[in-house]
Amino acid sequence: MYDGGKILSGLIIGIILLTFPLWYNLGKAAKIPEPQLTPKAKQAKYCVEPKEFMQAEHMALLDKWRNWVVRDGYRVYVGFNGKEYDMSLQNTCLDCHSNKKKFCDECHNYADVKPYCWGCHLESKEEGK
Amino acid sequence: MSMDRRKFLKIAGISVLGFSIKPAANLFAGREVDVRIHPNPKALRAKRWGMAIDLRRMNERIAKKCVEACHRFHNVPHIPDKKREIKWIWIESFEHAFPEQAHERLDESLKEKPVLVFCNHCEHPPCVRVCPTQATFKREDGIVMMDMHRCIGCRFCMAACPYGSRSFNWMDPRPYIKKEEENSKYPTREKGVVEKCDFCAERLDKGLPPLCVEVSEGALIFGDLEDPNSEINKVLRERYNICRKPSLGTGPSIYYLL
Repeated sequence: MYDGGKILSGLIIGIILLTFPLWYNLGKAAKIPEPQLTPKAKQAKYCVEPKEFMQAEHMALLDKWRNWVVRDGYRVYVGFNGKEYDMSLQNTCLDCHSNKKKFCDECHNYADVKPYCWGCHLESKEEGK
Repeated sequence: MSMDRRKFLKIAGISVLGFSIKPAANLFAGREVDVRIHPNPKALRAKRWGMAIDLRRMNERIAKKCVEACHRFHNVPHIPDKKREIKWIWIESFEHAFPEQAHERLDESLKEKPVLVFCNHCEHPPCVRVCPTQATFKREDGIVMMDMHRCIGCRFCMAACPYGSRSFNWMDPRPYIKKEEENSKYPTREKGVVEKCDFCAERLDKGLPPLCVEVSEGALIFGDLEDPNSEINKVLRERYNICRKPSLGTGPSIYYLL
């Protein structure tokens, strides 16, 4: 093999560089997100749907909400426990979950998703910006 | 256990059928959510919403009040650059609002009149026809509504609208909304979407009239154009009225009482 030494050392350096993220982060699991509930959310006990459903499907539900509200003019959602809610991210969801940074962003940052809801919908004032 | 080919195929066929029935059955089980949403029972309803603007009662003060109230409620930014400004409702001179009616001997009082102009919520809206994503659409009650979630900012609607009722967000509007004037109950828009008056669809759905009507001290009359007994139809029968560019055939729902 011509230039065997150069090729092998190049390969080794290449493999080290490629696998760098793997062994650099070895054993350092990212912090598991812990979304925090505001006192108001805790007191309410229930969201519009059971917790497990909201954790997995809130984005699908919000997508449905926005179509129902804007396109069909339905404004009221009957929650799983029979309570009626105004379908509004800004006025209903954020009324309880007024801590966007500690609630929404906690998981969104972990999963590296960047929902563009906040491009228009204002986060609640208490938290500031 | 021994099984001949025939028997195996039978069982396999039945199992596959079973697997395919389950999703199909779910499909017909009826979406339970359908019954779990409904409009606000207090919502105002009409076959076709319209407005009459009484130019005799209109004056500078009332007109400004309407603009101010609307823009503040809907978080419309104040952008000083005229080329990039955003407006839902604004004041126009008579000759600009009604170029076909204005002439040399126009009544002096009309010449000076502040004319409130905004989306005409046309019966045949050209903006709806050209929108490639159906972000702009016509509601059953005649309101030409915008779904900001779908707008891709192509501005076809702006080219189509003969009344200039639409504004494009050339930049992030938030820095142009004063923090203390911000309405935290209503969203803003973001860069790259078109916006316009939506007849306060949100307020109507809650049972409230449009905000400009509420603050207009009776100069704006709002109602159902399809209902012969509505206040707006009564006043339109009694008073001479005009609308903007009727020859274009867009069928505006905004009338101006002279």
